[in-house]
Amino acid sequence: MALNETPLSRAATPSGGLDVARIRKDFPILDRVVRGQRLVYLDSANTSQKPRSVLDAIERYYEQSNANVHRGTYLIAEEATAAFEGARAKVAGFVGAGSPREVVFAKNATEALNLVAKAWGRANLRAGDPVVITELEHHANIVPWHQLVAELGIELRWIPVGPDGHLDLTDLDRLVDGARVVSFAAMSNVLGTLNPIERLVDVAHAAGAIAVIDASQYVPHVPTAVAAWGADFAAFTGHKMCGPTGIGVLWGTEEILDATPPFLTGGEMILNVTKEGFTPNELPWKFEAGTPPIAEAVGLGAAVDYLSGLGMEAVREHEVGLTGYALRSLTERFGGDLQIHGPSEPAQRGGVLSFTYRDLHPHDLTQVLDQHGVCVRAGHHCAKPLMRELGVAATARASLYVYNDESDVDALGDAIDAASDFFAI
Amino acid sequence: MPGLEDLYREIILDHYRNPRNRGELDAPPATRVEGFNPLCGDEVVLYLDVEGDSVRDIRIGGQGCSISQSSASMMSSAIKGKTLDEVRALSRAFKGMMSIHEQSLDGPPDGDGDGELGEEPDADVKLGDLEALRGVVKFPVRIKCATLSWNTLLQGLDEHAEARR
Repeated sequence: MALNETPLSRAATPSGGLDVARIRKDFPILDRVVRGQRLVYLDSANTSQKPRSVLDAIERYYEQSNANVHRGTYLIAEEATAAFEGARAKVAGFVGAGSPREVVFAKNATEALNLVAKAWGRANLRAGDPVVITELEHHANIVPWHQLVAELGIELRWIPVGPDGHLDLTDLDRLVDGARVVSFAAMSNVLGTLNPIERLVDVAHAAGAIAVIDASQYVPHVPTAVAAWGADFAAFTGHKMCGPTGIGVLWGTEEILDATPPFLTGGEMILNVTKEGFTPNELPWKFEAGTPPIAEAVGLGAAVDYLSGLGMEAVREHEVGLTGYALRSLTERFGGDLQIHGPSEPAQRGGVLSFTYRDLHPHDLTQVLDQHGVCVRAGHHCAKPLMRELGVAATARASLYVYNDESDVDALGDAIDAASDFFAI
Repeated sequence: MPGLEDLYREIILDHYRNPRNRGELDAPPATRVEGFNPLCGDEVVLYLDVEGDSVRDIRIGGQGCSISQSSASMMSSAIKGKTLDEVRALSRAFKGMMSIHEQSLDGPPDGDGDGELGEEPDADVKLGDLEALRGVVKFPVRIKCATLSWNTLLQGLDEHAEARR
């Protein structure tokens, strides 16, 4: 089998949902027993687990074709280059990019967003230029702009989030007036809120701003067509979509990527270097300084194959159904003791459930959940401004993916019961 | 495998439910200092009233989990009225108890990720109720919860000394 081919899973059911029992067999880690219990992994918004096909693709690359890319003239170097660029083409197809030239590999979504702020932003923004973000952003889409406030004197404006977990767009026209950048998450990593992407992109462009989308929580879960959004940049990361850590993507239109100076500089990103200066390479390599994460790209390509095999429509349908089950069953079970933040309608959100249980601190709650093999994140989820708006210091967050089913949600409920008993509240 | 009872001793839960020395002091004259746990967003605010060479009074604000709150509560009881030297010795002993020599990540795949137990505290220093927090070292992620108020205290004492100079 050629390096770029990975077996497609046939786990989509005829009804369009997912055959979770079969999918679970693709993920070796889900066989693990922790603390004497079956591993109940409910932290995929943090990082997803990896299917065997991804692990195999990485191993096969290192065992058969490991060489540096774009340099060697020998066979395995050609294979490595083909595998690396083949992965780029797969990713481009998976997210509906216009061409692989629009797909820049980065370390993760954080680095991709830093590239936008620090390469495009430093070259194009001036003191007083308004940059609009939202209150539900991850720190990765906040802190780079904070730095430009300090460095350039840009003005940071915030689209507020309403009590229903949706963005409050009543003041949008005033907020984007004169803006140069509108940068927002496609899906909230805390509330699961699906934001109105096309509307925000249109409003940004009408105001003369570029539109930047943090799609980290979106691409792994919802069919994506970045070019159809009409945005200028979009960032996402491989490890939340069944791929390895260490690889993320910045998508950009060729027009804006051409107008963006290189971010990191050195090897790979140059066309020519003289004592007087350098000429940057073509897209997308202009932004890929140094030896890239080759095996990670190959792994991401295999992850894209895996998700394509499931079908992203089926993935989304599965998660809407399971999110609905979780919202219904946990609310029936715990009533007002369990407060779930974010939109109540499954079709308007992803499978990210941030919650608090009575006055039990999320850290104490998840400590007990861990004793029951249930992996749930507790904390501020790298979104402290949002936590402040929600009026909480921290939440517990359960997040769903293709390998989760009702039994995992039930196990979470049982473990919450156990925590309640343990702390006698 | 460490059980929840190793972590959540009854005296810890008591301090969590009935925290001692909660509140604020006027700053100045008191020293106000904030500490954050970046992991979970917990915040502690200490108000230290240092008179001469001893801690005359202390108040605690902020919010956090049972471990961080009870540790702060026990700390406040333990250091009130103590000299600065005694307070520093106590915090050394407490942080010694909370240190782990090595954190085993490659344990057998049965989920047993025990950290090694920390150093014995200085024999001259009596930790008293604070001993109840010893079990925290078996849950390495929670060590920062237990040490948050102590690190904030040391920062406050440094700031106090700086201001007095």
